[in-house]
Amino acid sequence: MVRFSIFVKKEFLHIFRDVRTMLLLLAMPMIQLIIFGYAITNEIKNTPFAVWNESNCNPATQLIQKINGSQYFDLTGYYTSVGEINKAFQQGKIKMAVIIPNQFGNDLFHTGKADLQIIADASDPNEASAVTSYVQQIIMQFQQESSPEKTIPYAIRQEVKMLYNPQSESAYNFVPGIMGLVLMLICSMMTSISIVREKEQGTMEILLVSPVKPIFIVLSKAVPYFLIAMIDVISILLLSRFLLHVPIEGNIFLILLLCMTFTLSALSLGLLISSITKTQQAAMLISGIGLMLPTILLSGLIFQIENMPLILRLVSDILPAKWFITAIKDVMIKGLGFTAIWQECAILTGMTVFLLFVSIKRFKNRL
Amino acid sequence: MKSSDNHITSSSDSTGNPSGFMIETGNLTKKFGDFTAVDHISFQVSKGEIFGFLGANGAGKTTAMRMLCGLLSPTSGKGRVAGFDIYKEQDNIKRNIGYMSQRFSLYEDLTVKENMRLFGGIYGMDNKDIKTKTADSLQELGLGSEQNLLVKYLPSGIKQKVAFAVSVFHSPKIVFLDEPTGGVDPIARRKFWEMIYRASEQGITIFVTTHYMDEAEYCNRVSMMVDGRIDALDSPVNLRTQFNARNMDEVFRSLARKAKRIFP
Repeated sequence: MVRFSIFVKKEFLHIFRDVRTMLLLLAMPMIQLIIFGYAITNEIKNTPFAVWNESNCNPATQLIQKINGSQYFDLTGYYTSVGEINKAFQQGKIKMAVIIPNQFGNDLFHTGKADLQIIADASDPNEASAVTSYVQQIIMQFQQESSPEKTIPYAIRQEVKMLYNPQSESAYNFVPGIMGLVLMLICSMMTSISIVREKEQGTMEILLVSPVKPIFIVLSKAVPYFLIAMIDVISILLLSRFLLHVPIEGNIFLILLLCMTFTLSALSLGLLISSITKTQQAAMLISGIGLMLPTILLSGLIFQIENMPLILRLVSDILPAKWFITAIKDVMIKGLGFTAIWQECAILTGMTVFLLFVSIKRFKNRL
Repeated sequence: MKSSDNHITSSSDSTGNPSGFMIETGNLTKKFGDFTAVDHISFQVSKGEIFGFLGANGAGKTTAMRMLCGLLSPTSGKGRVAGFDIYKEQDNIKRNIGYMSQRFSLYEDLTVKENMRLFGGIYGMDNKDIKTKTADSLQELGLGSEQNLLVKYLPSGIKQKVAFAVSVFHSPKIVFLDEPTGGVDPIARRKFWEMIYRASEQGITIFVTTHYMDEAEYCNRVSMMVDGRIDALDSPVNLRTQFNARNMDEVFRSLARKAKRIFP
């Protein structure tokens, strides 16, 4: 144990004495979060939309004019079938469609209640939810303005349909994503670089000639990065809660437990990378292009996994980050408990054990 | 764990090392596929000896040294280091040797003192031992305020002396020096060899590879490796007589000329 603590202390000294590493480890996560946080508050203006007006009554036309008249929406055309609307969505001509059924006017006139449907392109969930909430506000205003004074106000029931992303993932998507990215970066990239640096500088040779067991060397590398990763997780959670006002629905301890599980899998991935590379550049390339890129693109951080082709979905299955992001969304945003995420936890643990086993075996064989 | 290390060290003299040689090899061989890097080498090194291990680049010096340090498993042949078998007792060997590579191999972002403390800890020395030994080493190195400087700020001559001090910090029985004086000026090299002599006087066996033939003259005995074999092994004086040479440089040239291995 004494030896181990000496090693851990040495690793901390390496980190503390390198200002760039320190900045990368502690400042970058927060900067990323803030950039992403403010980048997603996208103003929605002049969103192209289409109408399928079966009713052709006065209120319907007025409503369409009111939507078109707002600064948020631009009417691009009228359609008369679902096929046409779908095509327009697929071609990206419209982001939203309003469908007014033919009994709309009648219903409204006789019963004061009527239905209409709003369809939004939810492949960008943040934009879609903003779009639908704007159009809903406009419809609410319309209800109040146009109801005859004598009777109770009109009630227009809207059925909202999110195309391509039926669950309409929350706008807070990016916080779990950033956590996944940061933990991956710190644990995989930094750990692998710090081990490979010792190979490059020749100090690894000295350690291997010494009676220290390889597992000690490896574990002592992992400890400081694990602790720093936890500091980052806590600072990200605090920032997103109090600066970006992202609600944290689930149990905070479950969130931390999940982060630790994922951190361990990322650490073991870093160890594996370090055992197959000889230079810091190679380690950086493999963890940068081989890990960060798929994590950003395939783990659901930016694009919806459900919309991906089968082959990419299969690739995303082997990324630890995918399981982490799925689980942390369930806990953090939907407020679900452990029973909802035990599968993801089991998969992450399994990956960790496998990666650790392979990398320690490889590390030994190299001697 | 810490205390048992020292017990093994002290008891091995009587039980594990009957021949009294610090290094002993018999037909030690290492093959990488079809390529024989080290070809049936046999030699002995006695306690406190300064043993020069010479050869052209690619002659197999580093491979041989790595086998002796327990970093590589031999293909065939026998070998004992500090009385321990190089096949089965690598852990015991590692506890009893020191190692300094051509790259100085200190942590550049730690201070001299921190490096000593780290390596003392790695070899299981307790805090008290580390303190006294650090004071001794710093005095021998003649370092004043530099002891708290990060190693990367030291001039290379001092770095190399510190690296040697660290490699013998835990009082090993044998220290392996792999081209320790590369890129260092003649005066610093001279001072470095003074340190080697002092270590040897304290009973530490020195196993050193070098490309500087003037350094070969400082060794008690010198072996010359050609194409993986040891083609000559004797004291510098005897080697000069044997090869009818004025200095070690000529001995080296006449042997290295026979080499058939060509490396790109």
